[in-house]
Amino acid sequence: MSTAALLFYLFAAMTIVASLGMVLNTRNTVASALSLVVAMISLGAIYVLLDAYLVAAIQIVVYAGAIVVLFLFVVMLLNLRMDVFPAARSRLPKLLGIAASGWGLWMFLRLLPGSLPAISPAPEGFGGFRALGTELFTRYVVPFEATSLLLLAAIVGAVILAKRRID
Amino acid sequence: MPDLGVILKLLFMVVVVMAALLPVITWVERKQSAVMQDRIGANRADILGIRLLGLLHPLADVLKLFGKEDVVPLGANRFMHLLAPVIALIPGIITLAVVPFAGVYDFGSGPVSMVAADVDWGMLYVFAVGSIATYGTVIAGWSSNSNWGLLGSLRGSAQMISYEVTMGLSLVGLFMCFNSLKLQEIAQAQDTTFRVFGFLQTLGFVHALPRWLSVVRLPMWGILLQPLGFILFLTCIMAENKRAPFDVPEGESEIIAGYHMEYSGMRFGLFYTAEFLEIPVIAMIVATLFLGGWTIPWLSTQRIVGPLTGEIGVGAAMGLCLILQVFSFFAKVIFMIWLQMQIRWTLPRFRYDQVMDLCWKIMLPLSLANIFVTGLVILAIQGLSR
Repeated sequence: MSTAALLFYLFAAMTIVASLGMVLNTRNTVASALSLVVAMISLGAIYVLLDAYLVAAIQIVVYAGAIVVLFLFVVMLLNLRMDVFPAARSRLPKLLGIAASGWGLWMFLRLLPGSLPAISPAPEGFGGFRALGTELFTRYVVPFEATSLLLLAAIVGAVILAKRRID
Repeated sequence: MPDLGVILKLLFMVVVVMAALLPVITWVERKQSAVMQDRIGANRADILGIRLLGLLHPLADVLKLFGKEDVVPLGANRFMHLLAPVIALIPGIITLAVVPFAGVYDFGSGPVSMVAADVDWGMLYVFAVGSIATYGTVIAGWSSNSNWGLLGSLRGSAQMISYEVTMGLSLVGLFMCFNSLKLQEIAQAQDTTFRVFGFLQTLGFVHALPRWLSVVRLPMWGILLQPLGFILFLTCIMAENKRAPFDVPEGESEIIAGYHMEYSGMRFGLFYTAEFLEIPVIAMIVATLFLGGWTIPWLSTQRIVGPLTGEIGVGAAMGLCLILQVFSFFAKVIFMIWLQMQIRWTLPRFRYDQVMDLCWKIMLPLSLANIFVTGLVILAIQGLSR
């Protein structure tokens, strides 16, 4: 087995184990969030194996390095534990969750036997910051700017909501 | 499998930093603080009466730390508590993989780049690895089951995330100047000089520079192209290291020792090591980006190798050049280490709200302005020289 394949199986296994750890660990919220970090980092490693270096770096800087830290920040500040929450009154969320994952599994199984489309080798510089940046700022510049407007609106909304409570 | 060269290059960096620089830095820290406070500083540790200016103190420290009891507080999350110092230590070490300590040399069997991992996304890797360092602080404070520790880790995570944003933005101007994220390419781009008054010609004030003006040349260093970027980046990366004046996560006068308050013995020593390991790593990154890395000012690789090749052959000339440039690199690294020590023992510490105001209200707008102005200047130069 090649080194790349070996590394892929290692990080894929890590991703799956960490994701299960996140979902199944209901006793300790912080440990659950930390499992999410491990899953994010292993996903980043898989992106590296796919030559998607920019996506890998952003995956780790943004998700593992910033977003989950903010999750942890809130969880630790409020000292949240699962047993703090009242037991769910309705079974609807659980049923919906099972239905959604069942649908996902069905889609996956339906795809599995079909032959995957032939993949041509990636062009030179594929997945690098140059190729991705050029695409982002030429072809996809309108969606890119629209996303930043959306984020700006979210920031303004957060500031307004937070300010109201202080006054 | 990775070849032998990669392992040797990584080993060189790790050994130089861990075995040579790290113990000396702890000594320099003590001596520097003593000089600033008008004391003599550490000079008592001795072996058979030999004191060596206090250079034996790091050895005494490590022996003392290993001899202490390893306490895990009651009610702490044992696994996380033992894991946190290791997480704090790792990012600093693995950053060394992408730092070039010398240039690219051809000894006859193809070019050899003197960096363990010569990746295109070098600086992105540095940012990614640096962002993981936050977890050492966060997990340490939380797992200790102590209020002081938790306060320290909350402060630490807020500070590190905030400064990461400005740290990334403060370098965008530099990336635009050198058109690369690869540390080796950025260092190579600085291996040249520029005419200080060349802009007069570019802007069309004069047709040709008088001879005496065109002689004035400066090395093409990042600090000369991006002076504001240098100040912003140095400030941010020192804030990431959480040392004074940015030491609010472990502010002694408020929260005792912050996130590593419940650690004892060598586990505390690991946090200490992580903090001190980041000093040379920061020095290396800053030296590579802003001080020309391994380049020797006014003496580019061709100007060293070219004349020497006829005298002693290309292999020996390359070898000599390699040695000179390694020394040049470490001279700059040692200067940056000294500068960090000087800043740490000169400035009083910030209050927590001042740290946040400095980041979001002053440095972030400045770094955005820096990007805008750099873009304008690059566009103007490209437009005028066409």
